[in-house]
Formats: sequence, structure tokens, C-alpha cells
Amino acid sequence: MSADNNDHSPESHDVDHLGHEAHNHGSFRSYMIGFVLSVILTAIPFALVMTGALPPQATALIVMAFAVVQIVVHMIYFLHMNSKSEGGWTMLALIFTIIVVVIALSGSLWVMYHLNTNMMPATHEMSQMSS
Amino acid sequence: MSATATEIDPNVFHLEEEPHHEEGSSTMLGFWLYLMSDCLIFAMLFAVFGVLGGNYAAGPGPKELFDLELVAVNTAMLLFSSITYGFAMLAMDRNNQRQTLIWLAITGLFGLAFLGIELYEFAHLIHEGATPQRSAFLSAFFTLVGTHGLHVTFGIIWLVTLMVQVSWKGLIPANKRRLMCLSMFWHFLDVIWIGVFTFVYLLGMVR
Repeated sequence: MSADNNDHSPESHDVDHLGHEAHNHGSFRSYMIGFVLSVILTAIPFALVMTGALPPQATALIVMAFAVVQIVVHMIYFLHMNSKSEGGWTMLALIFTIIVVVIALSGSLWVMYHLNTNMMPATHEMSQMSS
Repeated sequence: MSATATEIDPNVFHLEEEPHHEEGSSTMLGFWLYLMSDCLIFAMLFAVFGVLGGNYAAGPGPKELFDLELVAVNTAMLLFSSITYGFAMLAMDRNNQRQTLIWLAITGLFGLAFLGIELYEFAHLIHEGATPQRSAFLSAFFTLVGTHGLHVTFGIIWLVTLMVQVSWKGLIPANKRRLMCLSMFWHFLDVIWIGVFTFVYLLGMVR
């Protein structure tokens, strides 16, 4: 690869007095770490599901855990998230977004799951009536 | 009000001169906020899929429809495009315009490969009669995955636009800023794809 001769020094990543980072794009090393981790974290869930080595319940839990870890890896190594960029405002926006997303997702699934189960007897009766 | 208003108005408390901000100094934060709002759109679509994902309306389910090997190849395409965009950013840091353009082109090709495979999958599904109208599961599936694909499409258009701009004007600060925004957009789409292949494809197969 032609990109391995990067030699930018940490001095070029100075933070000015307003807290704006000059340019933090990571290094070749950090991108490769992120990439290798992502490949591993992608390959294992696919392998688990494709081979069916574990019972479905365990597979589902492991796959979801790997997804969460991989999202964090992407955030750190590809999106260069840290608590200091833009004076901490990107992190604050991210935390707020995560809170809203968690509320929306868990709320929707929880409410609609109970709605579904409570509606079940009606559809069940209907299917019994028709049969 | 009074003649002294031109001198010092006691009712005005702001600074006489606004603090000087460098041009584009707030662009990155603004773009990050846009990405967060985009994240909310995807969260809603994921919620829809989570709620409706099991309603097959006696039609085909994930096990009959999805080809995991194809999805794995697709995931690899997007992951490769992420790392090649990273290399483009590193080349940009070194002010190497030619390498930046080459890596951007490779990124674009991986993006196109991803889109091509996804369109092939969609065409295959529709050909089999698994159209968005078939069931709530398929409506939610096409909306979620299609929205992601649409984002990738616009990302590629943006990428080509920036390649033209960089080749015309070089790696000027404005172009660097634009490349950094697209970098965030591109990696963000990869993050969304992690959610898609996990919750739609992999969990669909074990459901």
C-alpha cells in the first residue's frame, strides 16, 4: 500500500485555544487497527449465523454484542470521536442522540410487543373460527 | 430613542464587534449535528423494522429471501471503502493531491460495487414476488435498506463532485473541509450498515 509512509508528527495536531483541533484524522496505524478489528467483529457474527454452531438465543445475543462493539470501534478509529473534539460538543450531541435513540427504539418495541400479544387472542379466535 | 444612542447605548449589552471566527470553523460541528439527526431518521426506520419485521402476511420470511453470502460480500465492500477513504484522508494530510484522488476513486468504486450488489439483491427479491407491497416485513425492509442505499448513492455523487473540485482547485482549505465532512458521512453510513446487517440480515436468519 502506498499510504504507509505517513510521517505526520503529533505536533501537527495542536489544539488551539478555542478547543478546535487542527486536524485529527488519525494515523495509518489507527485506521488499520480499526479495519482489522472491524473485519474480525464482522466475520465472527456472520460465521456464527451461517454455520449455526450455537443455539439461536445465544447466537442472537452474541451477534448484537458484536454489533455494539463494532459501532464503538468505528466511532473511535474511523470517526475519531473523543471527548475533546469541538470543545466536547460532538460528544454531547452523540450522547443526546444515543439517549433519544434508546428511548425511541426500546419504547417502540416494548409498546408494540405488548400491543401485539394483547391483540393475539382476537386473531387466534378468528383463525379458529375460520378453520 | 436619544441622541446618545450613537455613543454608548445603555440598553445594548452585546460586544461592539462580534468575535472573529475563522471561515468554516463551525462546519465540522454543524455537520456532526446533521449526522446525529440523520441517525434519528435511521433509528425510526429501525424501530419500524423491529415492530413490523415479523409480520410476513403469510409471505416469504428472511430465511427464504436473504442470501447471507451476498450480504457478507456487500459488507466487505463497504468496509473496504471505509478504509480506502481513510487512506484518502491520510494522503490529504500529506497534501498529496494525486494520491488523494486515487484513493477517493477506489472508495467510489467500492461504493458502486456495494450499490450494484444491493440493487441486484432488490431486483432478485422483486423478481421472486417479494415486493415492498407483499408484507409489512418487506415494506419495512425495503424502506430501511433502501434509505441506506439512497444515502450511499448521494455519498457517491458527493464524492465525484469533490474529486472534480479537488482536481480543479487542489487541496485548498475549503476542499479539505468538504473532504472531512464527506469522511464523516461515509464512515457514518458504515456504522448504520453495521446495524442493518446485524438486525435485518443476521437476526432475521436466527429469528
